[in-house]
Amino acid sequence: MEPIFNNEATPQHRLVLLLLFSALLIFFDHKLGSFDTSRGYLQSLVSPLQYMANTPKQFMTWASENLTTRRHLVLENQQYKINELKFSQQLQELTIVKQENNRLRTLLASPLRSNIKKMVTEIISVNNDPYSHQIVINRGANDGVYEGQPVVDEQGIVGQILHVGTTSSRVLLITDLSHAIPVRIERNGIRLVATGSGRLDRLIHNFVPHSTDVLTGDLLVTSGLGGKFPEDYPVSRVISVNQDESRPFARVMSEPVAQIDRIRYLLLLWPSKKHSVFSSKPNANKKPIKKKIIKDSH
Amino acid sequence: MFAHNGILIIFTLLLALMLSIMPMPITVDAFRPDWVLIVTIYWSMALPNKVNIFTAWILGFILDVLLGSVLGVHAASMAVVVYISAANYQKIRNFSLWQQALIVAVLGALYNLLTFWMEHFITNVPFLISYLYPVLTTLLVWPWAFLILRKIRRHFTIH
Repeated sequence: MEPIFNNEATPQHRLVLLLLFSALLIFFDHKLGSFDTSRGYLQSLVSPLQYMANTPKQFMTWASENLTTRRHLVLENQQYKINELKFSQQLQELTIVKQENNRLRTLLASPLRSNIKKMVTEIISVNNDPYSHQIVINRGANDGVYEGQPVVDEQGIVGQILHVGTTSSRVLLITDLSHAIPVRIERNGIRLVATGSGRLDRLIHNFVPHSTDVLTGDLLVTSGLGGKFPEDYPVSRVISVNQDESRPFARVMSEPVAQIDRIRYLLLLWPSKKHSVFSSKPNANKKPIKKKIIKDSH
Repeated sequence: MFAHNGILIIFTLLLALMLSIMPMPITVDAFRPDWVLIVTIYWSMALPNKVNIFTAWILGFILDVLLGSVLGVHAASMAVVVYISAANYQKIRNFSLWQQALIVAVLGALYNLLTFWMEHFITNVPFLISYLYPVLTTLLVWPWAFLILRKIRRHFTIH
């Protein structure tokens, strides 16, 4: 039997209360970033749900991998053999070039390029929220993943880690509206910033002067200036340059090199601390001195 | 919530959450119905004493975590939409299946628009008509979801 008269809050009061609470949450989460650490815990809490939602897809992949013809396998195998031959030949060249590069770098007194630690990871879910571009991968804090870590596929930069859970983490793609990555044109070294457009096949470059030497088809690679992404990984290819003089800046758009709409396996990178030629020497630590001067002048 | 087979309500809601994050081919993805909204509206109309706007808010919050959007966006729009459906549950219950589907589609449109407005306010996302595609599929899915959920409710005598 339901009570006819009760002293509970009316639905209107509840709604106002909940909306106020939501507004507070939005403010604290977006403007102040107060939930950055708890986001990791929340991510770990919901990861069972994500793994479960992924099982039908995994079953389909398993089925398609197991139900294939012998002919197809033989063809694939042949293709791999040819590829391996090509790659091993390229590898020989690469070792020579690496040695040469290291020698030249020592001559220039630049820091040597060290080998980057890598880890393969698989996507477990793709976000269906059309307002932001994110994916969830099956590596988390247990594997040493950290926030802001660069994520690449076999062709180029894909994004960076946004939130880390224990067994899964969230990747923000370079095409997301809130993402920007420092790049340079491979041909001439001009630096640009590639901002996400909210579309999977577009990056926008803002504030490019009309006189900039940028052409359709130019490859853009990471410049390593932000300190987050390692240098010289391909990011995108310029697809349109509109140098309309009536606008304050040229309109430059590019298309990501990585096939962001059909990624499955990704690589996580652990770049070593100093990798940019442009950055100051590791020993030159100027900050404390500056502080001291300010203190003295007071 | 747990008495009288109420645990099944939670089960259906979890299933809806899973359906809403299941990976799909990119062409179908834009047409994914608002599963969580459909199931929550059904339960809020069938058992308003068990599923209320608090439940809706919490589901929206979980959706926020699952989708990685700013916390509170989906929660707020879920609460508003379920408030409307729960306030008029006695009227909506008496409509025929297709009339109900139309009303749920309008509620779904409101849900998607509210989410878009908040996202637009936060990050300036441009409006694409594809944000409203889920309304169409929600309209088509509602009668089936309604029949299945009613069958579950009657078979397990959830009340």
